[in-house]
Amino acid sequence: LGSVPRIVALGLVAVALVWIVFAAKPCTEFGCTGVQTAFGSAVDNPHDFVITLLNGLTAAGVYFVVASGFTLIFGLMRVVNMAHGAFFLLGGYIALKLQRRFVGEDPAFGLLSEQVDFWQWLAPALVAALLVGFLGLGVQQVFLRWNQGQELRQALITIAISIILADQMIAHFGSFAQDISWPGVLDRRVDVRVAGVEYTLTRLFILAAAIVVGLGLWAWLKKTRTGMVIRAGVDDRSMVTAIGVNIQLTFAIAFFVGSALAGFGGAIGGSFASLGPGVDANWLLYSLVVVIIGGMGSLPGAAVGSLLLGLVSSFSAAYLPANYTFYSIIFTFVLLAIVLAFRPLGLFGRPA
Amino acid sequence: VRPRNLQQAVERVIGVAVLVVVALGPVLFSTYWVSFVLTQVFLLGIAGASLIFLSAYGGMVSLAQVSLYGIAGFVVGNAVTTGESKGLNLGWDPWLGVLLGIAIATAIAFVFGALASRSTGIYFLMITLTFAVIANLFFGQVTTFSGFGGISGIGTPDVIGNVSANPNRLYYVALVIALLVYVAIRYIVRTPFGLTLQGVRDDPLRMASLGYSAPLHRTMAFGFAGFIASLAGVLYVWWNGQIDPASIDIARVLDLLVICVIGGLYRLEGAWLGALAFVVIQNYVRTDSLPVIGGTFHTLIGLIFLVIVLISPGGLMGMWDLLFQGARRVAGGRSLAAPVNESEG
Repeated sequence: LGSVPRIVALGLVAVALVWIVFAAKPCTEFGCTGVQTAFGSAVDNPHDFVITLLNGLTAAGVYFVVASGFTLIFGLMRVVNMAHGAFFLLGGYIALKLQRRFVGEDPAFGLLSEQVDFWQWLAPALVAALLVGFLGLGVQQVFLRWNQGQELRQALITIAISIILADQMIAHFGSFAQDISWPGVLDRRVDVRVAGVEYTLTRLFILAAAIVVGLGLWAWLKKTRTGMVIRAGVDDRSMVTAIGVNIQLTFAIAFFVGSALAGFGGAIGGSFASLGPGVDANWLLYSLVVVIIGGMGSLPGAAVGSLLLGLVSSFSAAYLPANYTFYSIIFTFVLLAIVLAFRPLGLFGRPA
Repeated sequence: VRPRNLQQAVERVIGVAVLVVVALGPVLFSTYWVSFVLTQVFLLGIAGASLIFLSAYGGMVSLAQVSLYGIAGFVVGNAVTTGESKGLNLGWDPWLGVLLGIAIATAIAFVFGALASRSTGIYFLMITLTFAVIANLFFGQVTTFSGFGGISGIGTPDVIGNVSANPNRLYYVALVIALLVYVAIRYIVRTPFGLTLQGVRDDPLRMASLGYSAPLHRTMAFGFAGFIASLAGVLYVWWNGQIDPASIDIARVLDLLVICVIGGLYRLEGAWLGALAFVVIQNYVRTDSLPVIGGTFHTLIGLIFLVIVLISPGGLMGMWDLLFQGARRVAGGRSLAAPVNESEG
């Protein structure tokens, strides 16, 4: 009986691939009927296929930046930081306010990208990451340091913090959606030389930033002493403590970096999408889905999970029959269900 | 049955007193309290009881209970409305709608439960949170069943009639269902199923080696809790007359968790106690800006939640238990029973 979900899952994946690559028929100029899709199949319409692929990859980039911080904290400390989404949103708001201060204007409908230099995007993003990092560090030292091992209690504490932060952000930043402006140099289209696609440079910049973050984290974890201690701590915390490593210092560093990634992700996400009430919950959801798919505490898992989530949401929105695209949200759930049916601990997950 | 100790005796007296008071509710309280505060306390308490059942006896803190009650509510809304509203507008008999709502929500609870049944603790919390967010987005986006604005004008069966004209009928229906839920959960945890469920909570490995399937028990428990949550959902749409995706969004999910944590995650009574505290604070702190820090009711409830988790993870009921443990210790009575699963993992 255990193989039934697997067969169903493989069948679903196969049907989806055949549909996207060969079978999907686009809507005609008279509108969409039956199972016609917004985009035609990949063999008929490579241009739209490449755009969908790039959309998925770049969304995956933002997911990765945010979720890697979440998984870093969880992997080492077994703390599920339910305030991660609130940290994301706070980072976004800090970057937004700083950008408007640097540019010197605060127009009601946001800044135009021509008004913004590259450093007026980058500096607010980095400052936001630092500030949110310190906030996370403070939260960890005050609320989470003395009750290690009580995982559920720690999760509840971070939920309480997220409730307070969410309400405070509405009080101080307003309840309407705002977004951070991209710098003018990035806000244009470039020819990617595949199938005649011209793609927005900002999204490619996101992808590049995610790759830089990923490589940086990888180098940090693999090549430095702190990284070695963190990897050892993920595997066997009590052994690391027993051989005389100051694990509390390592915890503090990891929580700082994990929160800073949420803040930096907020700056990117606030430029890529928008900031407002409820956005924190959405990004907490993305982080959760990514790490549940990829496996809690695994950096490669976060990368693969982000890719799967980004690609599945992008392709399901484009290749579902056009009259039914609102069902695409179900595919996030289907993805989760398929992965859990195969591997309850996620693709790269290991038992604690 | 004789009470085992002083605490149980006191609790029985309080329980009877509370029953008498709520049974006389319409005589003792204003219409606002009956129709708004207490009816809401009963139905939120039922939803909370489904969460506390899972957490206290199954070791599973579920954030999907609000979504399950929302699913039941949306099914009722789609089935019974006619014409003007969003959704399918099937215009069926209200009782058929109720049956369908409960059946579909319970079935979905079994599916959720089966998917999450191999995880415990915080993993379970996270997986059920994703269910909750996805259910919210689903009803927000799928205009066939609801869409952003939700379903309004949901009627009640003739027995209950017009809720704003005769609030007492719904009040008593909610009270009776709340009592039945309380008794049913108290009963089921004493059955062989309930006992093995508690065994699975405490030591899944040992239960597995004794031949019990831990995932199966968790799935069954989750399905049962989904059934209870769906009762709360039906009461909610009767009481509110409408349901929209915002009724099951993350804020509401956390509200229910706050209710259970304030009341106490390890004792069933905590569900209604927490609901009472929550609804009363929500109704009487009507400020848009708290002094000094700013923010609304949610900042305050978040702070209360934080303080409770920091000082007493067992919530108000946990404090109550500690009171009697302390009294027994002072009296030099028999040795303390270990507090029930206060820490996980």
